[in-house]
Amino acid sequence: MSELTLPNGGAPPEAAPRRSSGFMATLRHARYIISDNPVTGFSFALFTIIFIAALFGPYIVPYDPLASDTVAALKGPSAAHWFGTDQLGRDVFSRVVVATRLDFIIAIASVALVFLMGGLAGIAGGFFGGWTDRIVGRIADTIMAFPLFVLAMGIVAALGNTVQNIIIATAIVNFPLYARVARAEANVRREAGFVLAARLSGNSDMRILLGHILPNIMPIMVVQMSLTMGYAILNAAGLSFIGLGVRPPTAEWGIMVADGAAFMVSGEWWIALFPGAALMVAVFCFNLLGDGLRDIVDPQRRT
Amino acid sequence: MTALPLLDIRDLTVEFSTRRGTVRAVEHVDIAIAKGETVGIVGESGSGKSVTSYAAMRILDRAGRIADGSVTFTGIDVRQASESDMRALRGREMSMIFQNPRAALNPIRKVGRQIVDVLRQHAQADASRLGEKAIEILEQVRIARPRERYHAYPFELSGGMCQRVVIALALACRPQLLIADEPTTGLDVTTQKTVMELIVELTRQRGMSTILITHDLGLAATYCDRIVVMEKGRVVESNVAKAVFTAPEHPYTRKLMRATPRPGASLRELLPEDTAPPAAAPAAPNGNGSHGGPLLVVEKLVKEYPRKGNNALGKLFGRSPPTEPETFRAVDGISFTIDRGESVGLVGESGCGKSTTSTMVMRLIDQTDGAIVFNGEDIGAIPAKQFARLPQRKRIQMVFQDPTDSLNPRFTAARAIADPILRLGDIKGRNAVRARCEDLARRVGLPIDLLDRFPHQLSGGQKARVGIARAIALDPDLVILDEPTAALDVSVQAVVLNLLQELKESLGMSYLFVSHDLNVVRLLCDRVIVMQAGRIVEQGPTEQVLFAPAADYTRELLTAIPHPSFHA
Repeated sequence: MSELTLPNGGAPPEAAPRRSSGFMATLRHARYIISDNPVTGFSFALFTIIFIAALFGPYIVPYDPLASDTVAALKGPSAAHWFGTDQLGRDVFSRVVVATRLDFIIAIASVALVFLMGGLAGIAGGFFGGWTDRIVGRIADTIMAFPLFVLAMGIVAALGNTVQNIIIATAIVNFPLYARVARAEANVRREAGFVLAARLSGNSDMRILLGHILPNIMPIMVVQMSLTMGYAILNAAGLSFIGLGVRPPTAEWGIMVADGAAFMVSGEWWIALFPGAALMVAVFCFNLLGDGLRDIVDPQRRT
Repeated sequence: MTALPLLDIRDLTVEFSTRRGTVRAVEHVDIAIAKGETVGIVGESGSGKSVTSYAAMRILDRAGRIADGSVTFTGIDVRQASESDMRALRGREMSMIFQNPRAALNPIRKVGRQIVDVLRQHAQADASRLGEKAIEILEQVRIARPRERYHAYPFELSGGMCQRVVIALALACRPQLLIADEPTTGLDVTTQKTVMELIVELTRQRGMSTILITHDLGLAATYCDRIVVMEKGRVVESNVAKAVFTAPEHPYTRKLMRATPRPGASLRELLPEDTAPPAAAPAAPNGNGSHGGPLLVVEKLVKEYPRKGNNALGKLFGRSPPTEPETFRAVDGISFTIDRGESVGLVGESGCGKSTTSTMVMRLIDQTDGAIVFNGEDIGAIPAKQFARLPQRKRIQMVFQDPTDSLNPRFTAARAIADPILRLGDIKGRNAVRARCEDLARRVGLPIDLLDRFPHQLSGGQKARVGIARAIALDPDLVILDEPTAALDVSVQAVVLNLLQELKESLGMSYLFVSHDLNVVRLLCDRVIVMQAGRIVEQGPTEQVLFAPAADYTRELLTAIPHPSFHA
């Protein structure tokens, strides 16, 4: 009676002896995904570089990002100054690397915040339906009714020019995206067999929501988070570019592009180009990463 | 056989490249189909029966490829033919019917238009006559009022109707070969009968050849000339249908035959011959709060749903006069009882209200009217929303239809089984809960080392065992079985049914077995209730209902079941 393993019953036969621990299995799976898809591998490598720059940036750069040296102002890229220097003689390379941390923090904090607000509100709306759904839906619609960047500008202008408010503004602007994705996913699963089974096991609605439905939606949310990371960085840089948010002389990609823009016409292209390129690479990396992450966290592909 | 077969598959090997390396789905398969012949390919899931036919049409997905062998169709080498030649062949010379008719139809296009599309693509009629021709074809597949139905969307038609439209699409260009891949799985038995008869009649009229791919031996026996039995990508037996059933040669065929529920066979007889009988467990009825009367009494239970379509917009414009009542009665005043230790079968076709009834008894939805008295207490009076956390919740549990859908994909088997224990059970502490899970796993015959796997790492039968373990984790008095074996292969079904019977005997539970399959119900149930359109048409002891049915509807259900019984 115990030999119920079907002829080809779906369970991979050789999976059992290789199971060591969950973490090792995840690592092995990650390695498989990366070797299976070189683009994902590339994005992971890029992410690692960005992460290291964010973590150790200030300790590894050759110059103090805030120290001006008027003698060496507006010099093009050279062996001493890889990315050249700006109008105050600050080293552009050092500033680009150091700025990573600030932009990274803004992106992660705003994504975490919007996940907590939009993601949870959306799941609740999709699961409970009725008034919860209507209220969440209308809030999302209201936010969507504004041009998003203008809304972010308005929020920062109203709340004040701080990093914290940039984070809040970016989170609010992304709210509808999260709420809608989470709502759709929760709604599909509301009637799933395992939710009924959970109800039979005596789970309360809250427990079903957080313990059963949320883990199943995480893969999609993680992809969403990775994609919005790029957008959040862009948003923060955009706000700084127009003078809202981070203030000079702090090193931040948006401000640096804004600073450098004036010099583009006179031929000093490097001041704006390198921070702009850093911005582009970061956004590009997070977008690629989204697809790779989905493959790793999706239980359907993990064996 | 004729000199040149219509389709000749020789030494076919199909490989799929997966992350675990190359997997051979089909190995050295030889199948020849003569003109006008109906061949059944029978096997359980994973036997390669679908892959073989996909290879014949060259519609394997990207990971699959024909590694070896040849496929010749009317003298054309399918392996070498160009993609444009194949496109012309598919649909015009060979066409296919898929399992899920709704998925095969474009949901936003009228069914008539879809037939016209096919006709136009293969230039089968003048542009001016396309519409007429489509109506003609709908008529041929016996769709009533074809002129009206031409303008229907797939969602407006029933499952059987949709399958007829799919057949109409497949036959529109008068192909020489029809491949029907589980064409009636998911349809009711009476619908299955009409659809199969339609296929057989149309193919006979036109002298077509048909390949019927199915897991159902009875179906293949009833409608096919020849049968090919496949196991693990190989053909194990190939013979005239009658010979396969009267004198099966291969042990696998015999095993399949044995496992198929049929009149006159007992539950034990479904298992392979060499299975040891279960240790005789003494019946130990659940003594909790027992009082004299029956365990469950359902009285005049009614469930009404608001009718769709009579929406506010229609009313606003004064359209659609309310000729029909505002509500639809899914369950229309039914009464029945279940005694302690008794299993009762609730049988009916889709839409008869059997699932609604079980969900109400389960207290997942509220009834519109009527009483549900469980253990002497009217649990029907407790709103479903509050029921989840009451102690009575423990006493009624359920095994779901689809073992995959009913397990949380992100919970391990142990976590799934532990869920009711953690929420409602008396056992506290990690180790105690784990011990209880292992105990339950042993009870349902699930190897302990599988407890840490996720549902997608388990086979269908193993998932079914996890679902059963979860349902009995709290020692319930009543377990509702909602078609617990509908998604399983016959040999697994046999094992699971035996397990359920054994558990019932050793734990003294009562079952309410919801099913559309009378043969399965017969095996497990003491009494049967037959439902049609929300009402009970017949109820009584199983033998009486099945062998001397009083209602016409029951007789109709019984005769519609195909079974391999022409040797009887």
